[in-house]
Amino acid sequence: MDRDNSAIVQFRDVSFRLHSGRLIVSNLNLDVRRSEVLVLLGRSGSGKTTTLKLINGLLTPSAGTVIVDGMPTTDWNPTELRRRIGYVIQDIGLFPHFTVQRNVGLVPTLEGWEVDRKNERVEELLRLVDLDPADFAGRLPSQLSGGQKQRVGVARALAADPPLLLLDEPFGALDPLTRVQLQREFRQLQSRLAKTMVFVTHDVREGLFFATRIALLSEGELVFLGTAEAFTRAEHPEARAFADVLREPARQSDERTGGSG
Amino acid sequence: MSLIDFLIRNRQEFVTLTLQHLLLVGVSTSIAILIGVPTGILLTRRPRLSGPVLGVANTFQTIPSLALFGFLIPLPFLGGIGASTAIIALVLYALLPIIRNTFVGIRDIDPAVREAGRGMGMTDRQLLLMVEIPLAFGVIVAGIRITVVIGVGVATIAAAIGAGGLGVFIFRGVATVNNTLILAGALPAALMALAADFLLGRLERRFGAARAGVVQPHTAEGLASRGHA
Ligand SMILES: Nc1ncnc2c1ncn2[C@@H]1O[C@H](COP(=O)(O)OP(=O)(O)O)[C@@H](O)[C@H]1O
Ligand SMILES: [Mg+2]
Repeated sequence: MDRDNSAIVQFRDVSFRLHSGRLIVSNLNLDVRRSEVLVLLGRSGSGKTTTLKLINGLLTPSAGTVIVDGMPTTDWNPTELRRRIGYVIQDIGLFPHFTVQRNVGLVPTLEGWEVDRKNERVEELLRLVDLDPADFAGRLPSQLSGGQKQRVGVARALAADPPLLLLDEPFGALDPLTRVQLQREFRQLQSRLAKTMVFVTHDVREGLFFATRIALLSEGELVFLGTAEAFTRAEHPEARAFADVLREPARQSDERTGGSG
Repeated sequence: MSLIDFLIRNRQEFVTLTLQHLLLVGVSTSIAILIGVPTGILLTRRPRLSGPVLGVANTFQTIPSLALFGFLIPLPFLGGIGASTAIIALVLYALLPIIRNTFVGIRDIDPAVREAGRGMGMTDRQLLLMVEIPLAFGVIVAGIRITVVIGVGVATIAAAIGAGGLGVFIFRGVATVNNTLILAGALPAALMALAADFLLGRLERRFGAARAGVVQPHTAEGLASRGHA
């Protein structure tokens, strides 16, 4: 059981700078524990996406080490690393020339699964995200609504049953009602799957709704790390600023979001 | 003597010249695709080279075709009188649209799609073959289409350096002030260009329209309006 509590991802003094020299992530130390949902919260531009990409090796640290499953990302074969990490990107990024079926079955295809096994898995996943395979498997992304695309994006990330899931503002581009519905469904999915997740959001209510722990980023620095409860009592001005949002009279959509969180 | 009469009476020469013409365009386009598509792909990997490379390709296009044929004749190995010199000139003409459309077609793919591919663990090669080329295919075909249409026209001038083709009728007609002869070369060449334009246009639309999510400002129409002689 010891292993289950150990960190699946470890940031050790990680910095990331652009070629221009600008520091985007600054001296980050952070563990992602097995089976937790770590929410990366921060304003837009605070370095959340960059931090996420440091985990699956789309970016490599300028200084320090990111360790995934006991090995620095720089030692991993990048494709091998990425195929064991599910990734739901900020702009969904479904392949427009692939049907839903091929989109969801992408990683199994890359991994060389047999057709029958792959098709079975795709059906299973589409049901999991509440899309009827008979109706949706053959559609192109252009024939889906925003919410449906996002469901497909989640199904695709789950395809090869990766132990770790990275989600970059997965519900950000949706209309408020669809967002709330998907958040609720995803919350249920999450408790059923019990996967380790790193969940990026700029929405504090959404963050509190999903989080086992919250990591607050401000201008590339980790300024708070702890439970949702501790977060609402945190001293740091940025944490206070986010906590204040919670006290403001909520917009309709956010009220619903926060309802069960 | 009417055009039909002329063509019937000279059908053997007509068929030969038409086949020569098709061969000139077909071979030069094939070579240009084999050089141009990989070059365009390379430019997407090394965008800093795109300025100079496209500049050079552009320069070839600005040289009047008769002059380009003329320049090539005295060159050792490459040059001389005949079809091979003409093919080299046609390839030089054909490169720009193919390189540029390949480069632009791939470059303008939604970055989120590329990011998703890499994030899912596609290798560079898989990303190219499964995502980038299929998504850019319509734009690449548009480049080939322009190349073929230009090539059919430019190839008529190849007759001036002894490469044959339908230009033979045209030059002979000009020399003898014989409009029927000129038409016997020009009309089939024009029909050939139209047919190629139509067929490749259909291919382009089939692969272009289905690819929602790809920006495609560089269609055949857009490039053609830049004007080619
Ligand atoms: N490739 C890049 N080139 C220039 N600036 C970048 C690049 N990537 C990120 N940035 C900048 O780094 C900062 C953090 O970006 P990001 O990690 O995407 O933030 P977040 O996801 O929290 O909105 C932003 O200010 C962004 O403008
Ligand atoms: Mg972001």
